[in-house]
Amino acid sequence: MRRIVSILLLIIVAVGISLSLAKIPFGTPKTKVGRHYIDEGVKETGSANIVTSVVVSYRGFDTLGEVTVLFIAAIGLGAVLTANGREKMRKTEPASLVLYTGCRLLFPLILIFGTYIFIHGHLTPGGGFQGGAIIASGFLLIYLGCRERRISRIASNLAESLGGLLFVVIGLLGLAFGSYFLSNFLPKGTANTLFSAGIIPIIYIAIGFKVGSELAGIIDNLIEES
Amino acid sequence: MGFLNSYIYYIGAFGLILIGLYIILVKRNLIKVIVGLGILDTGVNLFLISVGYITKGTAPIFSRTGIDSEDMVDPVPQALVLTAIVIGVAVLALALSLAIRLYQHYGTLNLRKIREQKW
Amino acid sequence: MILVVSFLVFLMLVGAVAASIFRDLISAVIAAALVSLIASILFYFLQAPDVAMAEASIGAALTAAIFIIAIRRTKRYEE
Repeated sequence: MRRIVSILLLIIVAVGISLSLAKIPFGTPKTKVGRHYIDEGVKETGSANIVTSVVVSYRGFDTLGEVTVLFIAAIGLGAVLTANGREKMRKTEPASLVLYTGCRLLFPLILIFGTYIFIHGHLTPGGGFQGGAIIASGFLLIYLGCRERRISRIASNLAESLGGLLFVVIGLLGLAFGSYFLSNFLPKGTANTLFSAGIIPIIYIAIGFKVGSELAGIIDNLIEES
Repeated sequence: MGFLNSYIYYIGAFGLILIGLYIILVKRNLIKVIVGLGILDTGVNLFLISVGYITKGTAPIFSRTGIDSEDMVDPVPQALVLTAIVIGVAVLALALSLAIRLYQHYGTLNLRKIREQKW
Repeated sequence: MILVVSFLVFLMLVGAVAASIFRDLISAVIAAALVSLIASILFYFLQAPDVAMAEASIGAALTAAIFIIAIRRTKRYEE
């Protein structure tokens, strides 16, 4: 009975979606605001990557909302999983010498690569979220390879809170010096150089630290018992 | 071949949405349902990016000076999908933490058995 | 070119069907990571390099890792 109703619902949804997809032509320009961002983007914000200028400068408030959602999810996960107090960690067997040394050699290289990606977010494809995810992958490698090490909880909380605080403080400074929240009040410089585009690199550095330490904290909370 | 050429990305996204919905509606294990949620999320993101594509366009980055800006693809759906991917992984992590707590409390992850049990 | 994209979309749909059929949950998670990886390649073909990088690092690597850690704390086989 339940399967029949589910299949019927799926058929209705499939017919509805396919009928409306047939009316959307593929490959034609559909909005005009995209043309405005491409034509005026480099002059107004100073960054060479148009997607970065849309995410941070034109729609910066949505990025603030997304950072808040990620923060709430990380807090919720920590609160749900440690409601009964932290369990004792089981003794795991230590890793072999080749694995241990290899992971220790790879970890700084991964951190440098992630930092490079979020510092150059306004010049090349990349940005805060991608760089933060790569940094969290580096910490995951340490958890899997060298099994007794844990990241220090104080440093992780400090990085996460300072990153979020920096984002909001820069927005409020934009309100004080410009005329609206998150306005671009630093000088824009010439495009395609590292020190250009006003507040955009600073915001992406803050987001990179915050997302990286948050995802590493999620993995630390999940792995705690095993 | 003409039909396939213009609609292949829509078919892929539509197939992923349908398979994700089927897994959520029919399967009984809670972790399988969460896997289906992730597949549904990937399908919707693929659909959003394929709507914003312009034929024979190029990526919206001015990496050298003097790039012609006439045929760049739409940058607004890419910004929205960037946000949506990160929110998707946050929702998945929170759902998995709730699944772990349910397992610790009930001893099983079968949704029919959990519904039949009393407190 | 269109043949390459058609083959990739077919492989992605096969991976999604496999993720719904497997009873071993870790195999289902790896099939879902395959879907995410091929979606990242398709994002690159649709001229969106930022989104491709985000989907490859977050969707394919971190989601699979979080799933496998959670499966280790619960059951492995679906009933």
